Amino acid sequence: MSVGFLPERKRGLWAAAFQSKSFALGFAVTAIFILAALLSFVWTPYDATALSVAEKLKGPSTVHWFGTDHFGRDIFSMIMVGARTSIAVAFVAVGIGMAAGVPLGLWAAAKQGSLVDEVIMRANDLVFAFPALLIAILITAVFGPSAINAIIAIGIFNIPVFARLARGAALTLWTREYIFAARVAGKGALRISAEHILPNILNLLIVQGTIQFSLGILADAALSYVGLGAQPPTPSWGRMLSDAQTMISLAPHMALFPGAAIVLTVLGLNLMGDGLRDIFDPKLQRSRT
Amino acid sequence: MVPYLLKRLISLLLSLLAASVVIFLVLQVVPGDPASYMLGMNAQPETVEALRQQMGLNEPLVWRYLTWIAGLAHGNFGISYTYKVPIGELIAQRLWVSLPLAIYALLLSTLIALPVGIISAAKRNSASDYGIMGATQLGIAVPNFWFAMLLVLFFSITLRWFSAGGFPGWNAGFFVALKALTLPAIALALPQASILARVMRSSLLDTLSEDYIRTARAKGLTRGQTLVRHAVRNAMIPVLTIIGLQFSFLLAGAIIIENVFYLPGLGRLVFQGITQRDLIVVQSVVMLLVFAVIVITFLVDLAYALVDPRLRSRA
Repeated sequence: MSVGFLPERKRGLWAAAFQSKSFALGFAVTAIFILAALLSFVWTPYDATALSVAEKLKGPSTVHWFGTDHFGRDIFSMIMVGARTSIAVAFVAVGIGMAAGVPLGLWAAAKQGSLVDEVIMRANDLVFAFPALLIAILITAVFGPSAINAIIAIGIFNIPVFARLARGAALTLWTREYIFAARVAGKGALRISAEHILPNILNLLIVQGTIQFSLGILADAALSYVGLGAQPPTPSWGRMLSDAQTMISLAPHMALFPGAAIVLTVLGLNLMGDGLRDIFDPKLQRSRT
Repeated sequence: MVPYLLKRLISLLLSLLAASVVIFLVLQVVPGDPASYMLGMNAQPETVEALRQQMGLNEPLVWRYLTWIAGLAHGNFGISYTYKVPIGELIAQRLWVSLPLAIYALLLSTLIALPVGIISAAKRNSASDYGIMGATQLGIAVPNFWFAMLLVLFFSITLRWFSAGGFPGWNAGFFVALKALTLPAIALALPQASILARVMRSSLLDTLSEDYIRTARAKGLTRGQTLVRHAVRNAMIPVLTIIGLQFSFLLAGAIIIENVFYLPGLGRLVFQGITQRDLIVVQSVVMLLVFAVIVITFLVDLAYALVDPRLRSRA
């Protein structure tokens, strides 16, 4: 992979990306779940919320591919619709983290050592001391459980992650000659951050974004498992698992399929992140292989 | 070292102060009156008013915050709205489940992760390295509560080796209690062990490329001797940091796992607090956990500075 890296670059980033086995595999797995989520808007094998007592607790078969739950709902359809919830929650939470965290981090780096820098970084430390779950518990204790509150909780948790990353990466860039040149040319800190720093740390942000996306899927699953996420009747992977728990000796398939969906999605995203990191940072890859 | 320590100590106190203000304020926004909630629908307005008075709810916000903080400093968390007992007692009881669980999980995670990470780095690019790295990828992707359910399915329902949940209490005997915590601890430890093994591996790989390792080999030490005497020891610094940080995650993660196994720990207490709107309990437990995270981070930083003097001057 390290040999012939440059010619591949010329063929474009995508071509290079698919040279990486882990990226290609991760992309394929993630794409399947995203497509399933999108497809669920127009088609699912059954209505994911339709109850059918006669069909309850059926194992996997040609009629119900993943079997049915204790209300006779089709598990395959529920997983498709659940993918929508999980992916949306995690995706928007990453968006919140980036939208708030990156500007804060860039600002702190531009004013390194100033009061602004100190305040931003200490505030980050403070948020960092609250695990995502505790933020969610606080928010739900006040506003009640919902998918929106899960998004906010995971999003808040993401802010310091991106702020720290952006600040750290930006600080090393601020010492570069071309930044100095830009300053000599009369550009202000805001313009330099937007025009020179941000494009150069985008790679890092994308890799971290994939990782936070996968953490978001896990966090959303945990929150909805304990009842702090999307509320019934909206299917969510976490709540499917909490339903499955009471039925585990009767109908283990109820637990297996939603759990496998979570694992595969997270695995896919992590592999994608690893692959992207290798592509963006060939030096790192050479030291890894 | 002393100025560094002083500076870190002040920032520790400020973080704790800020965290307590945030937690206190967030829970003030809650709609509804705890006093009328405690007394139920049919309570007379006078009774509610009297209880509000007694609970100090009519005092100004700043005063209530100060009373709460002063109480915390004395280990007095206030009285639970639903249990009608001091929260300090409730937390102390529950801590005897959550804390041993977190420690047990940390031990398991460390005992699994370190050897695995070392083997993986020492046999880099071998079949066992790829196998281990693949397994850790999977370990990171598995939600611990789902893994817990699989453990119950296999070890409790199929093999009947462990009970599926509940906690007999430490009075039932040390090993009986420990056995009840074993499956939960394994479930908690797995994702952490995966992360830790990866950190151990990459840290050891970094160390192995250092010049002093080549020197050690050149002066005639075998690969194994070099690994044990020089490489692993130096590679441990980042690993120890992660172990320290993981402890607070384990304590918070226990909240979820306790629900899978019906363990009477802090997690169950928090969720009961939420459903019964016993917000002073929620406030206290969250504060305690955040306190733990902040203090542990502080201690890890401190340990780091002790090992690596360069950090002292930089900070």
